[in-house]
Amino acid sequence: MTLARACGVVVNGVEGLVVDIEAYLSQGLPGMTIVGLPDTSVGESRDRVRAAVLNSKLAWPAERRITVGLSPASIHKRGASLDLGIALAILSAHSQVPEISNTIAVGELALDGQVRPVRGVLVAALAAYQRGYETLIVPLSQVSEAQLVLGLTVIGVRTLLDAVSYLRGELLDLPQAPPLLNPEHVVPDLSDVRGQSNARHALEIAAAGGHHLAFLGSPGVGKTMLAQRLPGLLPQLTDDQAVEVTAIYSAAGLLPVGQGLIRTPPFQGPHHTTTKAALIGGGSNTVRVGMVTLANHGVLCLDEAAEFERSVLDALRQPMESGLVAIARSGFSTVLPARFQLVLASNPCPCGKFVGIGADCSCSSQVRRRYFSRLSGPLLDRIDLRVTLERPSMSELDPSSGDPESTEVVANRVQEARARATKRFAGEVWSVNSQVPGPVMRKRYPVSEKGQSLLYRDTSELSARGVDRVLRVSWTIADLRGHDIPTEIDVAAALMYRDGNGSWQAS
Amino acid sequence: MHLTNIELGKIGEDLAADYLQGCGYVILGRNWRSARVELDIIAHDKNTLVFCEVKTRRSISYGYPSEAITAIKLAHIRTAALHWLTHNRKKYSGVRFDVVSVLYGSNEKSKITHIKGLD
Repeated sequence: MTLARACGVVVNGVEGLVVDIEAYLSQGLPGMTIVGLPDTSVGESRDRVRAAVLNSKLAWPAERRITVGLSPASIHKRGASLDLGIALAILSAHSQVPEISNTIAVGELALDGQVRPVRGVLVAALAAYQRGYETLIVPLSQVSEAQLVLGLTVIGVRTLLDAVSYLRGELLDLPQAPPLLNPEHVVPDLSDVRGQSNARHALEIAAAGGHHLAFLGSPGVGKTMLAQRLPGLLPQLTDDQAVEVTAIYSAAGLLPVGQGLIRTPPFQGPHHTTTKAALIGGGSNTVRVGMVTLANHGVLCLDEAAEFERSVLDALRQPMESGLVAIARSGFSTVLPARFQLVLASNPCPCGKFVGIGADCSCSSQVRRRYFSRLSGPLLDRIDLRVTLERPSMSELDPSSGDPESTEVVANRVQEARARATKRFAGEVWSVNSQVPGPVMRKRYPVSEKGQSLLYRDTSELSARGVDRVLRVSWTIADLRGHDIPTEIDVAAALMYRDGNGSWQAS
Repeated sequence: MHLTNIELGKIGEDLAADYLQGCGYVILGRNWRSARVELDIIAHDKNTLVFCEVKTRRSISYGYPSEAITAIKLAHIRTAALHWLTHNRKKYSGVRFDVVSVLYGSNEKSKITHIKGLD
């Protein structure tokens, strides 16, 4: 036989693309060409595969010209995960192993024939399963990752020879794959934060309803500490969410070997020098996921928000509404999930003291305005809860005054509120208040009559979207307080949190 | 007796020429030089003109003989072939570039591989 096929998977965004690998041995000058838009890392597999085959004491097709074709040929392929598939295709074209059908192989080859771990094994397994393949050959250390997808036979191999003897039907005597780690995630506890009852309450509302949140305050009052404690208040991910999040981390190569499903909501806190492409996602020929996608079903925390480039912040506007980012380049266009909860933390001005009447602030009004204008109106309009943090009093900071509420206590209340919302939304695609579309919110989930009149009396200051957002927050506050319908007080609280005690228009 | 590389190459080319003649080729010329490039064998396969590069090695420990023919070497051969054609204006139905790789073994145990029609 001079023509044979094998299959591999490359990662494309957050999805796996099954690649048909054909190897053809022909007369001609010895050499190997790989066609089908390989990038450098795929092209270099030419040398890796040859060395790995020879060092595995297998025969390399002598005096043959080898053409390897990767299909679909019009999509760019990146990464070393095709090495194993290419090697097996060549060996079966050379009649050293039987041709394989229904089997996908992923793995990077070391020059000595070892099979090294690659990124995206979980997405490869998902793609293999969806396309109806039965068997997946993966690097031994990643067996457990592939086994998260049920219904696939997963074969772990240490070396190319292992894969060859498996395909020849010889029994494999492999060591047990390493067991899954219990992904115990340590989130700091809310009892570390003293004072700030308003901000703590806002954090609780944000956790219960999935609302975007902004903290404004002087340096050292606890903005960052509070933001970091939000994931601890959120419920564990559902099965579907956990698979989606774990697949994203696998595709991005951020899943540690032996890690099981990610159950805790992810937390991403990009530095303020982060670029648009890093935050949103990008790439020229192949997609790289951005931090908004890594924060999917979790928290995106922008600390020192006013220090970010304005254009970077504004790039968040569209995904905040839709929960998706659409990336289009000349070579591809793709849609990535980005349903994150945004937490902004910022100083009010460069010196950080313009809080309340701002007596201590040394910044001129012009400097303040320039600083704060980085947070554009459209961005702030999408943030439901805006809280100004005051300096806590010394009595609040005194450790003898007793510990504040812990994460566990607050998380329980959040859980109850979420359960109420889930019950109300039974049969709908959304399950938390922040995801309900505006028109549906207005028609089907009105607030009490008094609340209604309070809201519409106040709308001179609110945008139409603002009204929807106040309605959503009112419902979350009602859920937390156990009200069947948001009362006047719930609406008043929602309006207060939206207004941010007036400081957000201060500059 | 130890052969120098030049002697080995000469023996290989003789073996290749015998082999081609055995296959019915008519040898038109050998070791034709154009500037720095040498065309090893120029032959006639029915109506096709064949420029043949011969490469000889004693063993495959440095790879097969044909592996030593690189794209650059091939480009040189093409240039030389054009040069040869300007000196030998005749009609041929086609032109082909071949490689004969000779794995030399004493006592007529040499292994000859003929690669036809490079592109």
